[in-house]
Amino acid sequence: MEIKQTALAGTLESSDIQITLSQGSNGIQIELDSSVEALYGPQIKQVITTTLQAAGIDNTQVKAVDKGALDCVIKARTLAAAQRALGTVDEPNWEVL
Amino acid sequence: MEERLRRTMMFVPGNNAGMVKDAGIYGADSIMFDLEDSVSMDQKDAARMLVYEALQTQDYGDAELVVRVNGIDTPYFKNDVFAMVKAGIQVVRLPKVESAQMMKDLVAVVEEAEKKFNIPVGTTHVMAAIESARGVLKALEIAESTDRMIGLALSAEDYTTDMKTHRYPDGAELEFARNMILHAARAAGIAAFDTVFTNMNDVEGFQRETEHIHQLGFDGKSLVNPRQIDWVNKVYEPTKKEIENALDVEAAIEEANAKGSGVISMNGQMVDRPVVLRAQRVLRLAKASGLIDEDGEYIEE
Repeated sequence: MEIKQTALAGTLESSDIQITLSQGSNGIQIELDSSVEALYGPQIKQVITTTLQAAGIDNTQVKAVDKGALDCVIKARTLAAAQRALGTVDEPNWEVL
Repeated sequence: MEERLRRTMMFVPGNNAGMVKDAGIYGADSIMFDLEDSVSMDQKDAARMLVYEALQTQDYGDAELVVRVNGIDTPYFKNDVFAMVKAGIQVVRLPKVESAQMMKDLVAVVEEAEKKFNIPVGTTHVMAAIESARGVLKALEIAESTDRMIGLALSAEDYTTDMKTHRYPDGAELEFARNMILHAARAAGIAAFDTVFTNMNDVEGFQRETEHIHQLGFDGKSLVNPRQIDWVNKVYEPTKKEIENALDVEAAIEEANAKGSGVISMNGQMVDRPVVLRAQRVLRLAKASGLIDEDGEYIEE
């Protein structure tokens, strides 16, 4: 599915992650800012990528600012950003959740 | 309804990742994730998603898991209920309830969600927050509106506004509502939760209010801060005398069972059913307070 608009979800508070999605044409490109990047960078990117693919997004630029989020928070914020970017906030894709 | 302790129901703002993550560590009897008033309009979708994912993966121990969805007349209501039912929430709390019909409408959506997500119909329980004069006057019909009901909660901020007053330290303005809700809940055999106390600096006032609602007979209180959990539990802690009496009653029950006798007697006197029920509640409280162990033995400090 194509991203209709740049969208953001999540905050910069502790234990959260802020995900911004914008249009892209070269697969899922992730720019990650995290104090635990050395240790958990690949894991965080993996959760974001899998979640976006499940939501049907294959091309997007992702900016992720992590403040120590658990996987479930990363997934929740990525899904919220995806729904906003796709314009499907009012019709959640129950199969993806 | 399953008998369980519901001394403390802790509010957790649904869009706060840190608080949603840590909600299980404070020992609240019930955790209430909030998708309503603590979440701004433009974050309703994100909060719903956050609570949904947390419910799927986080371990909240033995706490009863409750979610306050947005009102039945809002555009968020149906998606909130669908997501929470799919996530396996135990109790859906509906705000601003004023009639039995509102609970029936909620249950219809809950049931639709249960069928859609292959969850056995009837699994998800519901409760009502009473926040207006009309809600208070209709408390009994609301309490008896559905067999999924687990409780009624008083929400004093909206209620006192509706009554053209505000909250006072002595709580006189809440007496009628408290008693109506409590009586309705008891008549229907469900739980009654008192309102929140928001002034964190007035510890004495909080204690006074908790002692008062404990005396009236409330199951417990809604809380806005985890610090309040221990304070409430302390008020609900049974005395040593109450525990000893309850243990005696329990021993008398066992003796009667062993003899195959239907009549329970203690010190030569018959023990009535209310005494048995009260003793069982005292022992549940004593165990939850860490005063006695599962075998009824005192735990040394």
